[in-house]
Amino acid sequence: MRDLVLSMIADGGLLAGMPYSLAAPLVMVAFGALVVFGFVLPIAGVTSWLERRVWARIQSRIGPNRVGPQGFLQWLADGLKNLLKEDIIPSAADKWLFSLAPYLVVAGFIATFATIPFTSSLIIADLNIGILYITGVTGIVVVGVLMAGWSSNNKWSLLGGIRSAAQIVSYEIPAGLSVFPIVLLTGTLSMQGIIRAQGWAPWDWFFFYNPFTFVAFFVFFVAALAEGNRTPFDIPEAESELVAGFCTEYSGMRYLLFFLEEWGNLYVIGAIVTTLFLGGWQVPAFTDNQTLLTVAQFGTFFLKAYFFVFLAMWVRATLPRLRVDQLMTVCWKYMVPIAIVNMIGTAAWMLLVPEALGRMVQIGMTVGGGVVVVVFFRRVRFHLRRANLQPSDYYYSPII
Amino acid sequence: MAGYFANIQETVTSIFEGMSITFSHFVRRPFTVQYPDKIPIPIQDTLPFRYRGILEVDLEICTGCLACERACPIDCIVIEAKKDKQTKAMMLNRFDIDIAKCMYCGLCSEPCPTGSIHHTSQFEGADYSLESMLRRFVKTPVAAYKPSKGPETDPEIVPFLDRGLRYLDDFAKPGGSSEPGGADAS
Repeated sequence: MRDLVLSMIADGGLLAGMPYSLAAPLVMVAFGALVVFGFVLPIAGVTSWLERRVWARIQSRIGPNRVGPQGFLQWLADGLKNLLKEDIIPSAADKWLFSLAPYLVVAGFIATFATIPFTSSLIIADLNIGILYITGVTGIVVVGVLMAGWSSNNKWSLLGGIRSAAQIVSYEIPAGLSVFPIVLLTGTLSMQGIIRAQGWAPWDWFFFYNPFTFVAFFVFFVAALAEGNRTPFDIPEAESELVAGFCTEYSGMRYLLFFLEEWGNLYVIGAIVTTLFLGGWQVPAFTDNQTLLTVAQFGTFFLKAYFFVFLAMWVRATLPRLRVDQLMTVCWKYMVPIAIVNMIGTAAWMLLVPEALGRMVQIGMTVGGGVVVVVFFRRVRFHLRRANLQPSDYYYSPII
Repeated sequence: MAGYFANIQETVTSIFEGMSITFSHFVRRPFTVQYPDKIPIPIQDTLPFRYRGILEVDLEICTGCLACERACPIDCIVIEAKKDKQTKAMMLNRFDIDIAKCMYCGLCSEPCPTGSIHHTSQFEGADYSLESMLRRFVKTPVAAYKPSKGPETDPEIVPFLDRGLRYLDDFAKPGGSSEPGGADAS
């Protein structure tokens, strides 16, 4: 970012002559606006369409396929429909808080994009407290959800809002504790620093570094799903129990903003997980062409992050909802102790395990990961064979 | 405390197994039949044998007996049949069936002597205009059919009469003939 601004205020650049203190914020804001409107919001919308299609295919049906090719413009149709809906604010509701709540929720999630590293040079602000900033700014979502629940003047909303706040705040702890092993290993909180400490190959990722970071990955992913109010932790939405939980009284675009936050948050979760555990945008240096390398890095990061979006959708289609007391039990009795053990274990590993043994463990764990993937697909084949399918019943293409 | 690690292990294995099951469903063909755009066989071929679809009248063999009009419980059939003074032939001036009122009970097709009023296998009659719900079968006044004493000789009428009588036979017989393809085989 700094180099980009310096090249722009040089004599031949777009903003020639402008002082750095003025040009830098301008360029950052412009870049931020580009990212938000050109990337984040479309991604959140496309994720909603993809979720419905993936969910439908897992349930042996077809998702939306009418609006545009394969239903791809469904999210635009939904957005347009919601914009045209009547904006109802209950007369007994607290008007200011009611109106403000969706915007706080969306602001909390969009603000994280300032530190998401898309490629080695494309990042709006490489803060040296990167991951801590993200953990902090996603806390604004709690304020928004509580506001929505309380100001709706509705028992369901209040219950949903309080449950959601309890859930998000509780799961911040295993999520934060699971980041610690990574921070211990790299010594920095900066997102780019964490990625640079990994390599492009799977055995160089922190995912396979030692058994403790391996478990920390799962703890973090589950905690992040819980923070995002995703099934199996979607008690606040609880479509079948609390009507719509904290967003019961909302209609039209305000309602859609809550869901925009949920789908966009999936991408943020994927991005954070790939940064911390999967080596981010690292690609082998296969060419000297900078543009091609940047494109490859962007593609790698996007695909890895989007795989976790797909994984979250897949989990949503698989698992039933946890009761709120089961949710709390999982957090406080299982995930927090495991996360603390991971932290201490990684510190001990750094201290005690020599380099060569560590390297062997990394490669061994990568092979183990490969074995798990193979076992998984063998189970899939087992289930397919048990279903006695004809060859015409298999359908691998997403286009139908 | 008992079973703490057993709980964790059970969670991991059951989620692993569950996700492999859902993934196996992900690669299967969906069950959805995308009617009316992508249907594997024409929808009329999936209907049962004596399916009572939208009514149709073969005016060539209608005798003007008004049995169907009398039988209809909702009065959705309106027939105007008058004996022409000069030619002494029964003239059918109007034969309207309101398919919106019709309840597809089949009571009109039973008493028809020639099987001219019959159910087709059409059911896709939805339209935006209410006027299209009134099916007018008489464009210009025609003479009603006078059944002959012996077998019918007029070659143009024979196929209609054959079809009508066969329709009546199939509808009346329990079990019917083994013809697939809905009530109207044409």
